[in-house]
Amino acid sequence: MEIMVNDERTRIQSGVLSEALVELGYGEAKVATAIDGVFVPRSARSTRILREGEKLEILAPMQEDKSCESMEQS
Amino acid sequence: MRVYGTELTSPLMLGTALYDSPAILAESVRVARPGVVTVSLRRESAGSQAGQAFWELIRGLQVPVLPNTAGCHTVREAITTAQMAREVFGTDWVKLEVIGQGDLLQPDVFALVEAARLLTEEGFKVFPYTTEDLVVAERLLRAGCEVLMPWGAPIGSGRGLNNLFGLRALRAHFPEIPMVIDAGIGRPSHAVTAFELGYDAILINTAVAKAGDPVGMAQAFHLACEVGKLARAADPMEARDMAVPSTPTLGKAVFAS
Repeated sequence: MEIMVNDERTRIQSGVLSEALVELGYGEAKVATAIDGVFVPRSARSTRILREGEKLEILAPMQEDKSCESMEQS
Repeated sequence: MRVYGTELTSPLMLGTALYDSPAILAESVRVARPGVVTVSLRRESAGSQAGQAFWELIRGLQVPVLPNTAGCHTVREAITTAQMAREVFGTDWVKLEVIGQGDLLQPDVFALVEAARLLTEEGFKVFPYTTEDLVVAERLLRAGCEVLMPWGAPIGSGRGLNNLFGLRALRAHFPEIPMVIDAGIGRPSHAVTAFELGYDAILINTAVAKAGDPVGMAQAFHLACEVGKLARAADPMEARDMAVPSTPTLGKAVFAS
């Protein structure tokens, strides 16, 4: 299935968020996630089913200072 | 300053963005000795450890963190960002920014009040970036905020305190509410003025990060906060329109014939 990961079109095999994060290389990373602008807590990742075309945001503590246009919904 | 039941060790709040290197950031924080540092969330590339490394750096500073929603333009964005920040940073404090105007990065005060209400209902301790508007301040307090963070001037402008009258009026209207001048402070003299007006704290970032010598400027702001607090406690005299001789005229020699 194809989803958007941080605004990039990405093909994944996993159908669940927790598995997708491992597949995408975020296994142990200290990140927070949102799908289509809605926060998905760490505790809910293993039950959150991913659907075609959804927009996944993966954020981490950062020093740089840019706007969070990433959350804008179309 | 005591806010949300916590006594801050310093009235200086320091942002962690825009520094030329993590080492300069760390040294600036060490010298400034802030009561909190503000932190942000940004997109993490797959396989990158940049976010993890930055978080380790911040934790090593041993200063309480205040996550912000910098750059958010809607209530929904701000709330989602705050929720994500609470999970990553492990604190329910959030500096709430909802930007309404791009050129001046002016807060959208309508969205701000709504976001503050919703976040407070979710258990967040909200530090709202607002203007000096008294009505907005009243609404923010009613929404559950226990601190106000009016701008001195637009973010990153370094213009100091643009509206002294408005900031003085805000301070006078809510004498019991902790207040922080957030944004616009460019020089230590601006910080001193903020404290002399009765503000409890200042929040700065660009003024230090983009100074020619950030570490030197961090030291200058640390001292400015001390000076400003001392001056406020010493009750400064009021300005007068007429001169008043400081040397007594009584007993003055008269040489004119």
